[in-house]
Amino acid sequence: MAVEQPPAQAPAQAPARAGEQTRIHNIGYRNYDGPRLGRAYARRSLYSQSLRGSYGLGRSAKSKVLPMLLFVVMCVPALIMVAVAVATKAKDLPVDYTRYAIIMQAVIALYVASQGPQSVSRDLRFKTVPLYFSRPIETADYVGAKYSALASSLFILTAAPLLVLYVGALLAKLDFSEQTEDFGQGLVSVALLSLLLAGIGLVISAVTPRRGFGIAAVIAVLTISYGAVSTVQAIAHEQGSTSAVPWLGLFSPITLIDGVQTAFLGASSAYPGEVGPSSGQGVVFLLVVLGLVAGCYGLLMRRYRKVGL
Amino acid sequence: MTVIATESLSKRFPRVTALDRLSVDVGPGVTGLVGANGAGKSTLIKILLGLSPATEGRAEVLGLDVATRGGTIRERVGYMPEHDCLPPDVSATEFVVHMARMSGLPPTAARERTADTLRHVGLYEERYRPIGGYSTGMKQRVKLAQALVHDPQLVFLDEPTNGLDPVGRDEMLGLIRRIHTDFGISVLVTSHLLGELERTCDHVIVVDGGKLLRSSSTTDFTQRTAILAIEVTDTDEHPDGTGAVRDALRARGVDTHDGSGLPGAGHVLLLTAESEDTYDLVRDVVADLGLGLVRMEQRRHHIAEVFKDHDEQVLRNGDEQRKEAVGHGG
Repeated sequence: MAVEQPPAQAPAQAPARAGEQTRIHNIGYRNYDGPRLGRAYARRSLYSQSLRGSYGLGRSAKSKVLPMLLFVVMCVPALIMVAVAVATKAKDLPVDYTRYAIIMQAVIALYVASQGPQSVSRDLRFKTVPLYFSRPIETADYVGAKYSALASSLFILTAAPLLVLYVGALLAKLDFSEQTEDFGQGLVSVALLSLLLAGIGLVISAVTPRRGFGIAAVIAVLTISYGAVSTVQAIAHEQGSTSAVPWLGLFSPITLIDGVQTAFLGASSAYPGEVGPSSGQGVVFLLVVLGLVAGCYGLLMRRYRKVGL
Repeated sequence: MTVIATESLSKRFPRVTALDRLSVDVGPGVTGLVGANGAGKSTLIKILLGLSPATEGRAEVLGLDVATRGGTIRERVGYMPEHDCLPPDVSATEFVVHMARMSGLPPTAARERTADTLRHVGLYEERYRPIGGYSTGMKQRVKLAQALVHDPQLVFLDEPTNGLDPVGRDEMLGLIRRIHTDFGISVLVTSHLLGELERTCDHVIVVDGGKLLRSSSTTDFTQRTAILAIEVTDTDEHPDGTGAVRDALRARGVDTHDGSGLPGAGHVLLLTAESEDTYDLVRDVVADLGLGLVRMEQRRHHIAEVFKDHDEQVLRNGDEQRKEAVGHGG
């Protein structure tokens, strides 16, 4: 415990205190002449602070509840599947690695909606942003750190259940090489998904300093787009225009990822009729995903370029 | 040594000229930057931090060009914004540690410096509680701590006394003084209250409409611009005590005005204290008349008064020179 004392009193009172270790000195102001680690270190610090913050670490107990709960909700079905597979000595896992995130998309959307605004709206609302820019970091560092932090936390959220499935599959003595390949493809898929959803979530959140609006807007964009695309795809499928079904998948984030993994990552499509895009169409899907990721980054840079003091 | 140097620095926005060919040199110590709202104070700080390019002219901070060395400058400079900038749901310690790391301090050093700095600005046990529950005065201290935590060579304090009560204001001004005397850090502090800065600063720069109005050391300023307010009792002998003092002072060559428009007008006399002698003169005049001196205090001026005084000053200086000439002649 540091207690400031006038220098004149310090020697007189110090012996009266019990034990040598509790002696209190007024050391006055000390200059700092240690290392200053600069911009890259500041960017890493912001990244780790944001990443920890997206699971409520280093924040209040209240803010840990939702992300931790969502994390558990993401992993529990995987645990159950693994338990079933091990117990029944099944020949395959009940769900593909690549399909898991599509099934659990509502949970992922909730996570993006809660943690995206948490990451950027707070800084805007409490006007902390100018403090960051009065330090060595530049706009690109701030945007880069926030983006990669949310993408990383989403990756942790989506990859953890896949890891559970993989470990379970090995325990159930399923084919090692096949499982490893599928697991790898699943990881690539959720990595793309994390990048895409983090970008969309942050762009929407960075528009408003109000966290509530951010949460509502992110949920709306993710669920409405998926709902609309699925409905229109179903109608198209019913009416026999099967060639239109894959193209429609371009218009929502989840169906985009579905398309990419169907074309390149050996996934079976969740589209109606299980007609995913062909490899040729898949290139378009992949380009759109990468374009969206780059676009989100660009929009964020624009958003923060003008944020002054 | 020059801490800040600007050379015909201008900043023009499509509709406003925020800074107009501003050239100043600021040495080490505490420097006040005074100006009304919109005078260009914040724009200047933004340019000096290397966050906003100047339209023309150049500026150097700690010998580094703001246009090209912004990052290096920001590593060595602290900034305390005028507005609220603190998240309410974290403790002062957590927040300041994070800001220290954002300035490049390694984790251990960041924690040590945070504990030290919070103690120096006067935050003790409360530093572990969330900032949301702090008083305005405590929040201002946290804002100051985050500007000092990385031991900068220079800090920019934007309106640090805003929203504080008189006691908090005095404490903050004392703290600002200590930043230089005890910590050895140069300070550029903005305010729209000149009186406040007179007590804290070594040097005061007045800007208006982006132009440099005055730059001089505080001793010049206080000698010239101290305005005294005096209030006296009435006696049977002098039923209008205020009037009697006014006449007596005029007879001794000191002009007063009645402070019309200010609170207490009619009972209060305002006069400019040219030097220490003026205080003695007022005391003697009041004593000779046998009146009770209810109060004699220095008035804090708003910036508008400085401008008015500035004009009057020119006239008065002219008068003085004439008077002196007459004196020498006689």
